[in-house]
Amino acid sequence: MSSVSAVSEHGAAPVLSLAGISKSFPGVRALHDVGLELYPGQVTALVGENGAGKSTIVKILTGIYQPDAGTIRVDGQETRFPSAAAASLAGVTAIHQETVLFDELTVAENIYLGHAPRTRWGLIDWRAMREGAKTLLERIGSDLDPEVRLRDLGIASKHLVAIARALSIDARVVIMDEPTAALSHKEIHELYALIERLKAEGKAILFISHKFDEIFRIADRWTVFRDGQLVGAGLMRDVREAQLVRMMVGRQVDQIFPQREPTAGPPVLTVAGYNHPTEFADISFTLHRGEILGFYGLVGAGRSEVMQALFGLTKPSKGACRIGDRVVVIRSTAEAIQNGIVYVPEDRGRQGAVKGLPIFQNITLPSLAKTSRRGFLRLAEEFKLARAYTERLDLRATSLDQDVGLLSGGNQQKVVIAKWLATRPRVIILDEPTKGIDIGSKAAVHDFMAELAAEGLAVIMVSSEIP
Amino acid sequence: MTQLAKSREALLALAIVVMTGLIALRFPDFVTPSNLVGTFNDTSPLIILALGEMVVILTKSIDLSVAANLALCGMVAAMMNEAGLPLPLIILAAIMLGAVVGAINGLLVWKLDIPSIVVTLGTMTITRGVIFLISGGAWINDHQMSELFKGFPRMSLIGLPVMSWIAIAVVVLLGVIVGRTALGRACFAVGGNPHAAVYTGIDVGRTQFLAFTLSGALAGLTGYLWIARYAVAYVDIANGFELDVVAACVIGGISIAGGIGSVSGAVLGALFFGIIKNALPVIGISPFWQMAISGTAILIAVAVNAREGRRAGRVILRTAETRS
Repeated sequence: MSSVSAVSEHGAAPVLSLAGISKSFPGVRALHDVGLELYPGQVTALVGENGAGKSTIVKILTGIYQPDAGTIRVDGQETRFPSAAAASLAGVTAIHQETVLFDELTVAENIYLGHAPRTRWGLIDWRAMREGAKTLLERIGSDLDPEVRLRDLGIASKHLVAIARALSIDARVVIMDEPTAALSHKEIHELYALIERLKAEGKAILFISHKFDEIFRIADRWTVFRDGQLVGAGLMRDVREAQLVRMMVGRQVDQIFPQREPTAGPPVLTVAGYNHPTEFADISFTLHRGEILGFYGLVGAGRSEVMQALFGLTKPSKGACRIGDRVVVIRSTAEAIQNGIVYVPEDRGRQGAVKGLPIFQNITLPSLAKTSRRGFLRLAEEFKLARAYTERLDLRATSLDQDVGLLSGGNQQKVVIAKWLATRPRVIILDEPTKGIDIGSKAAVHDFMAELAAEGLAVIMVSSEIP
Repeated sequence: MTQLAKSREALLALAIVVMTGLIALRFPDFVTPSNLVGTFNDTSPLIILALGEMVVILTKSIDLSVAANLALCGMVAAMMNEAGLPLPLIILAAIMLGAVVGAINGLLVWKLDIPSIVVTLGTMTITRGVIFLISGGAWINDHQMSELFKGFPRMSLIGLPVMSWIAIAVVVLLGVIVGRTALGRACFAVGGNPHAAVYTGIDVGRTQFLAFTLSGALAGLTGYLWIARYAVAYVDIANGFELDVVAACVIGGISIAGGIGSVSGAVLGALFFGIIKNALPVIGISPFWQMAISGTAILIAVAVNAREGRRAGRVILRTAETRS
């Protein structure tokens, strides 16, 4: 393992350096004695599994958390970030996965919120603000209208606004936390170009991503965290992907895709000539029992929309759908579930678990007809059903009576999957099941899909990741 | 959630006991069996309405038209009584009319997708207007009501007036609906996470529609009880009472954001509010101060609830941290 050097090979000193940082929460040690150095004009990639402490370090860097121990130095001067405002004043800014900006304000207002140019009378100088915003956006090669309200923009444009905001406060350190997660292929390339520009302007960039192709493409340095500890750091050109994976997982990951013998049975679902006025055209496919069918496409290609039509969330304008040899018309999600089609949505936080309801009630929500008698719910039956499926998925929870909101993201996902399996479906659609999860968990998801197919389920997997 | 809810309701029950005890120290008469029965009976309309409101709030909505709906159904009941119709029919009609008003609220929320606060503010005013139209602004007084019509809610049955028994029956009924039917479960799901509810095959709008209809039916029932009990019907009866109902729910720990609440919470919230309202005149506090004190009690109850909620928030944060 290479050690973190105080001075980079060019002799440039780090803009920001953390040393000996520890942070604990009741019952959890999130970070233990970690260090991180960010150099001007360079991209440092921070890699680690879910739970490695990446988000915690970002929150310490942006002044949201205070470290229990350790030092923060800016230009070699020891300092503290007692608040988000202090971090921002020191020139540290973060661009998050889902950028935190204000939908109802204009682009210019978002860029200058909190430090708007003032007129002589202390009022906001709107003209200076508009012009300043325009100049900043031009600097990053964007022709966005500063007058547009943010809610009318896509995520990629919102990232541009966030970056323009970073420039407006003269940020020296830009943290990008999975900035490409919601971007399309083209937008990702635009982001790369933008990062090159920021590098040329001498910004120090901390880039957090699960995607190795991105990291190898744009990063100059790497830092690996595992279980809240620093595993190593060094220059990108001295390292290979397998080494990084080994460091972040702590073991060898041989293969992400299990070998399986395809045993496709009779057709379960046949879709013929599905059309939608705006989202997709002429979609036809046949899905067999025991088969895993992959739908690959970039964000915005219409994959999710086709699946939503199958699941009764939207209506196709034309086309037919057959289950087994019965022609069915699916008008609502309830009908889709009745016909044995279930959908595990991409946005599991928003569309998956019902926080506030206990685990077992989340699982039985679509199966209540089965567990109740004469219209009355039977809690004992619900518990039995929930227990059967949570045991199968190895859910980690203190009790099935626990609020789903108290579970970790991975376990919430298990609850959502258990919910669908409990309906005994024939077709299960998994929308981006591996999005945003680390390489170790990815293998588990793939194993699980193979297992479902082996039991005779037909699986549709929607993904924008090419192995 | 359950443990949290339990502790919250236990806390509220404790607050009610302590408060009653403190009042009893100075005014022992307040805790005589007959006065406690009277207090419970006086609180019965609030309990019934709060239960209906709770179901609506669970689905992330609010029903501000309950008091106006009550007044309309009460007026219609009084007019039917004047026309000499039999009491069972009158009560049934009041419930049905209330359900229809509730269903209109529900349909507007469901089909036109208008926020419930706007819908029910509108129907609240319309309903008061309708009462004025059908009554011509006139009052229906004590002497215009039949003895049975007035006497039924006050009839004593094993030591409790019929009105109290009806409230108890509604508590049991709502306990079954909320805790033991798919509709009750759907209300929690719809309020807890509407997006997830859709993906689970639950019709969000339909669930809200049914919640409003239930709330309306209970308002209709309360309309008859109220008019008969106070032996007077006029346009402005129970004016502003919808705020007491919402307050009782909030005190009872029903989250205005939807998805969290319980029947026992709503009942305890209503009792807490009812006892304060009944005790203040006994203690001899001027009516001018009574409102201020009621309001303060609401704020304290909500502040305590919010602290409970924050504790839950901290736990969530901690698990979030474990995930990093």
